[in-house]
Amino acid sequence: MTAGPDDGIVLTDEQKRRRRARSIAIALSLGVLVALFYAVTLVKGPAVLIRPL
Amino acid sequence: MALVGDGAELSRPLGPAFARAEPSSADVEDYVALLKPRVMSLVVFTALVGMLVAPGHVHPVIGFTALLCIAIGAGASGALNMWYDADIDAVMTRTARRPIPAGRVQPGEALAFGATLAVFSVAVLGVLVNWFAAALLVFTIFFYVFVYTMWLKRSTPQNIVIGGAAGAFPPMIGWAAVTGDVSLAPFLMFLIIFLWTPPHFWALSLLKSDDYARAGIPMLPVVAGPDETRKQILIYTLILAPAGLAPSLFGFAGYLYGAVAVGCGAMMLMLAWRVYRDRTGAAATSAAKKLFAFSLLYVFALFAALLADNLLARLGLGV
Repeated sequence: MTAGPDDGIVLTDEQKRRRRARSIAIALSLGVLVALFYAVTLVKGPAVLIRPL
Repeated sequence: MALVGDGAELSRPLGPAFARAEPSSADVEDYVALLKPRVMSLVVFTALVGMLVAPGHVHPVIGFTALLCIAIGAGASGALNMWYDADIDAVMTRTARRPIPAGRVQPGEALAFGATLAVFSVAVLGVLVNWFAAALLVFTIFFYVFVYTMWLKRSTPQNIVIGGAAGAFPPMIGWAAVTGDVSLAPFLMFLIIFLWTPPHFWALSLLKSDDYARAGIPMLPVVAGPDETRKQILIYTLILAPAGLAPSLFGFAGYLYGAVAVGCGAMMLMLAWRVYRDRTGAAATSAAKKLFAFSLLYVFALFAALLADNLLARLGLGV
């Protein structure tokens, strides 16, 4: 099946590969952020947000 | 256009501008390049030293978090710098292959990437480490992006002298991440990088002055000429060499650091003198290249010696 004029933007295989790589990088970054907050919460205890500015 | 109400407005098809919009062709490596990883390595190293020589103890997880936030904040500054400077990057051979002028990343993508990372790095540093360090990081990003990139870089030959402060803050932020304040010792680390920046960048700009002239950047060799630049390099190195000794003189470092600072300072002076003396031909180019290369080693060597000296002192082996 070929893309018609009303099918919108059709990504090339290379663009799809790069989008997938970007998506994986974003997912990994979010995973690191979640792990970081979890680890710091363990280190600091429940008072992590209860303190004077 | 009303936000709520006319359903016809909301269901309107995308206009021709959207129909023509190109999908992103950026790879992950392009986004990594936006973070200026080589600059980031110096930032991370000096911040790590600032953190490790600070009095007191920081949990390794908190220390890692602080270092990560400082690195990401520096990377965000780099991305915002590349977004704003894309026009001049495109006409300079040194920067023409960067992701935005090469067309691999759209300016809006770089802006969104840099702004998001800047906000996240500061917020995470503030919430998980301390707000004083976060405030210093905000100021550093602000200084690099707004003061240096948007204002000084295109308006004065003193751009990298004043703008150098942005690169000098990381050890101070590292120190503040541990202590929650700053004192004379982090200020001395700041001073070393601040005074080191002009001879480092002017040595490069001597080699790339045609590039800067083509881009309309008023770097010192373009505005005042190479001879004046050579004189300024020598003057700043004459100030930098004794300033490099300050941590020993003020008692924050021992003889090991002092010896490294004397040796490296003498080498910097010798290379700066050669830049001042050799003004034409291959000798001039070689002198500027050697000063630029050694200046990188200089700042790494001094901070590594500061760290080694401090660790030895903590182990009771200080000299």
